[in-house]
Amino acid sequence: MEAFTRLDAKAAPLPLANIDTDQIIPKQFLKTVERAGLAKGLFYEYRFDQQGREIPDFVLNQPAYKGAGVLVAGDNFGCGSSREHAPWALMDFGIRCVISTSFADIFYNNCFQNGLLPVVLKAEEVQQLMDEARGGNHVVSVDLETQTVTSPSGAVFTFEIDPKRKAKMLKGLDAIGETLEAAPAIDTYEMKRALAQPWLEGA
Amino acid sequence: MPPMPGKTLYDKIWDAHVVAEQDGEAILYIDLHLIHEVTTPQAFAGLRANRRPVRRPDRTLAVADHNVPTEGQELGVDAVADEEARLQLQTLGKNVADYGIEFFPMGDIRNGIVHVVGPEQGRTQPGMTIVCGDSHTSTHGAFGALAHGIGTSEVEHVLATQTLRQKKAKNFRVRIEGEPAPGVGAKDFALAVIGEIGTAGGTGYVIEYAGSAVRALSMEGRMTLCNLTIEGGARAGLVAPDETTFEYLKGRPASPKGGAWEMALSYWKTFFTDEDAAFDREIVLDAAKIAPTVTWGTSPEDVVAVTGVVPSPDSFATPDKRASAARALQYMGLSAGQPITEATVDVVFIGSCTNSRIEDLRSAAKIAAKALEGGRKVAEGVRAMVVPGSGLVRAQAEEEGLDEIFKAAGFEWREPGCSMCLGMNPDKLTPGQRCASTSNRNFEGRQGRDGRTHLMSPAMAAAAAIAGHIADVRDYL
Ligand code: SF4
Repeated sequence: MEAFTRLDAKAAPLPLANIDTDQIIPKQFLKTVERAGLAKGLFYEYRFDQQGREIPDFVLNQPAYKGAGVLVAGDNFGCGSSREHAPWALMDFGIRCVISTSFADIFYNNCFQNGLLPVVLKAEEVQQLMDEARGGNHVVSVDLETQTVTSPSGAVFTFEIDPKRKAKMLKGLDAIGETLEAAPAIDTYEMKRALAQPWLEGA
Repeated sequence: MPPMPGKTLYDKIWDAHVVAEQDGEAILYIDLHLIHEVTTPQAFAGLRANRRPVRRPDRTLAVADHNVPTEGQELGVDAVADEEARLQLQTLGKNVADYGIEFFPMGDIRNGIVHVVGPEQGRTQPGMTIVCGDSHTSTHGAFGALAHGIGTSEVEHVLATQTLRQKKAKNFRVRIEGEPAPGVGAKDFALAVIGEIGTAGGTGYVIEYAGSAVRALSMEGRMTLCNLTIEGGARAGLVAPDETTFEYLKGRPASPKGGAWEMALSYWKTFFTDEDAAFDREIVLDAAKIAPTVTWGTSPEDVVAVTGVVPSPDSFATPDKRASAARALQYMGLSAGQPITEATVDVVFIGSCTNSRIEDLRSAAKIAAKALEGGRKVAEGVRAMVVPGSGLVRAQAEEEGLDEIFKAAGFEWREPGCSMCLGMNPDKLTPGQRCASTSNRNFEGRQGRDGRTHLMSPAMAAAAAIAGHIADVRDYL
């Protein structure tokens, strides 16, 4: 998992509440054998019309928001099915942080498994970020270490996060990452095993 | 100093593999990781996304089994008709190439069902920890290896770290003592055990099988027994290694050779349960009392002796059980009180990781040969298929002439794979079809939508093919 420390990126405003995981990544994109490549399905129904043409009005299709790394969204982001494809699709598209007033539980958990930072701010703060992100300069800074979001105009908002989760996110540790912290112990075990059971080496 | 309490076989394997403890979980070293096309694509994608290597490609082996058609395999993956299956098979091919993992692709004589291939190649060895993204990984416990199924996220974890995070299970011993009647074998033992403890009876435990009847089983029989352990709810089953085990392993492609053989042998011999070891639970079965057993319902615990009748839902203790029995009878198209031998079959499936090894095929072929002698064949209107567990099993059977017997008796002789065990490839039941099956799961829809499965031994399945209905194998010996 990629570590998350600090991110300076364009923020795309998506002023909708209850964006569910089926909106984030519709069912037809789930038959894949890959985690990567899901970007094409992200917000598919918003980005493309029935004929598969881009809908120019949608925020992520606007040239000004090309390469956006932060999504500022309405209440209860990520509700619906538990599909891990939702954070995968966002990440694949280049989104590393979603800011909202609230997140659905499972989605929130899934984010931490995948290095996507969900930030909860107060309603008025989210509103201010939305408004500013609509203006000419829409680069925000998200600093996990100090737990702050700095708006394009320089306003600083602080957010809460579970300390254990924060620590893992800063180091980019998922379950595998955590186990790999024990890599020296695994190395030692393997060396001993290679001596005791040499027939298992180089098979 | 007080004497150390004795250890069970499970305790010993566990202790030998703990790398570290973290947050109340052990990080357990994995000696062998078997992979197949269905449960791995996202795991490899996860590795790629995080730029992680496979830690021990040399301790990983890939096969193609769940999705493969059981004919025309020499045409290769591109000829697989189902688009999703083809994509999964191609993805596996690419992943193993990218990460340097050995792979027996479709059409390779060494390919076959993952739980047949591992032991056959000598990869499965006593005292090992073995995992695979398939619940019937418990099969490998027949060698005294701690083996169980894992999910896709755990597959990724093992690929990346060669370890698994685990909490220790409790110890359960099942002793089967005495001598079984002719025509009764490992499959009947396994079904009898599940019937006794129920499908959740083993939850939270690792089961060790012991007793004279288990000792007397061949490796194939022990694999059948351990294979079905998961249907009793236990994650893993074990049989302590002995001369039968060592004899089986000697000379296999991946078995240790020369001086290493002696070294391995003395290591393997340390894996047994100490006399004074304590078990959290223990049951004893009398092998002589076990009859040829079949299932009547839609759970592996729904067992009945072939001489018995379909039970009445009223005979069950709780309202839940009564309701599920009633539902099962309706699904199966059976009525209470009906002798189970009255159930006529449309399809007979001899195969799956439970019963597709050479000994299984021999025992079925014996029934077929006997029928041929009496001028009988597969009953009119019955489709009977034999699906060897691997290309090597198939070759061995052909060398012994078993294929000729099967074909002469009206059985189809197919190419290896999971086949009709799970309905994920072209071999499927159609709605309403009744099947005498040597596989491991009789769940609703397992072998195809609305298909009706009766689990039984290979010899019993062969007898059903000849009779056209469920039959007592002892009348066909
Ligand atoms: S034969 Fe059936 S149970 Fe065995 S590995 Fe294949 S699908 Fe799984």
